[in-house]
Amino acid sequence: MNRRNVWVEGLATPVLAVLLLLAGSLPVKANDQPAGASAEVKIDNFSFGPETLTIAVGTTVTWTNRDDIPHTVVSTDGVFRSKVRDTDEKFSYTFAQAGTYSYYCSLHPKMTGKVIVH
Amino acid sequence: MTDKKQEFIDQRLQDLNKDGVDRRGFLKCMAWAGTGLVWTMTGGIPVSRAFASKISKEAKKSGDFSFVQISDSHMGFNKPANQDVVATLQAAINQINGLATPPEFLLHTGDISHLSRPEQFDTVDQILKGASAKEVFFVPGEHDVLDDNGKSYLERYGKSAQGAGWYSFDHKGVHFIGLVNVLNLKSGGLGALGGEQLEWMEKDVKHLKHSTPIVVFAHIPLWSVYPEWGWGTEDSAQALAYLKKFGSVTVLNGHIHQTMQKVEGHVTFHTAMSTAFPQPQPGKADSPGPMKVPAEKLRSLLGITDVNYVRGQHSLAVVDSSLG
Repeated sequence: MNRRNVWVEGLATPVLAVLLLLAGSLPVKANDQPAGASAEVKIDNFSFGPETLTIAVGTTVTWTNRDDIPHTVVSTDGVFRSKVRDTDEKFSYTFAQAGTYSYYCSLHPKMTGKVIVH
Repeated sequence: MTDKKQEFIDQRLQDLNKDGVDRRGFLKCMAWAGTGLVWTMTGGIPVSRAFASKISKEAKKSGDFSFVQISDSHMGFNKPANQDVVATLQAAINQINGLATPPEFLLHTGDISHLSRPEQFDTVDQILKGASAKEVFFVPGEHDVLDDNGKSYLERYGKSAQGAGWYSFDHKGVHFIGLVNVLNLKSGGLGALGGEQLEWMEKDVKHLKHSTPIVVFAHIPLWSVYPEWGWGTEDSAQALAYLKKFGSVTVLNGHIHQTMQKVEGHVTFHTAMSTAFPQPQPGKADSPGPMKVPAEKLRSLLGITDVNYVRGQHSLAVVDSSLG
């Protein structure tokens, strides 16, 4: 919260107020998130969390490996494939099309997950 | 040995019988010997006994020999479970060099490196040069074939191998088969050998005499240790079917960083300790990840596997010994 306050103080307050008003007046539907939205999947204890993630088209999903063992994030249908990700390394993919994307870790294939894109 | 551990071993050794040592006796022996245990196969029937100095005397007959299996050196791993995997691999080599019967060669059952990096393979190769046995036979673990589908592994270790790195060789009448079960794994599945390798294996053993002792080695267990953690191989039943006619089959695996044995007919399955870090017993933790133990306990959970072949008895004696 501190960081946000600093940021606000760094801008001309009236300009910011107008921007906030404009943003508030835009109709926002669940499947109409602005481009650039992001979501996270954590890899812990040889599992993807959440196992099923539901997002809007255009969302960038970032996977973070928090295990002491490397993992990969590989689409079952060949849509995306990360390089091997060691501890704390990340992989991001932006979902431009609606659909259901199943994926797994190619090193530990019992680890599976799904991204549902509306 | 804790009751839980004993109970677990009990469950895993359903098939051990008529071996001259009943299951209770076997467990006692195992408790007494700790991580050291001798398996002797006589005419396909396993007999267990505690650490035997006898083995080294028997092994002096001509044609007898021993080899050592090492596994899961994970060079490059530097997390809390073991921040010096160079030192523990070196300790394993020292242990090999101190064996009463020098091994004629080494088998490395995979996860040589942690991240398939050239410098990690270089380090292991360098340390292995210090072993009394100069020849080392490798099979890859999943950590050795990251990102390039095993291309760099093959260039380094598999020049004379078939397909993705499988091969066989004969040593003093024993037929050795090195298999690859860490590539092209399917979502939700286990380790996999694949059709091409199985076809090769069927041809490889077809013309061998039934009396030929067989040693199969691969990274992921070729028996169902704990499928929930991926500790098994999808199509291993097919591979084992090709070996049914043989009187003595020994299957050596790594991957699970702990010893485990099972006997099924003429087939003895055995997994080796890692030289890098231990992993939990099946289902005893949230995941099969590296297990952090007190520093003074680490080396008691790492080790090597010494295998002795005694000619004429179709005997393979498997001895696990920890590094400390």
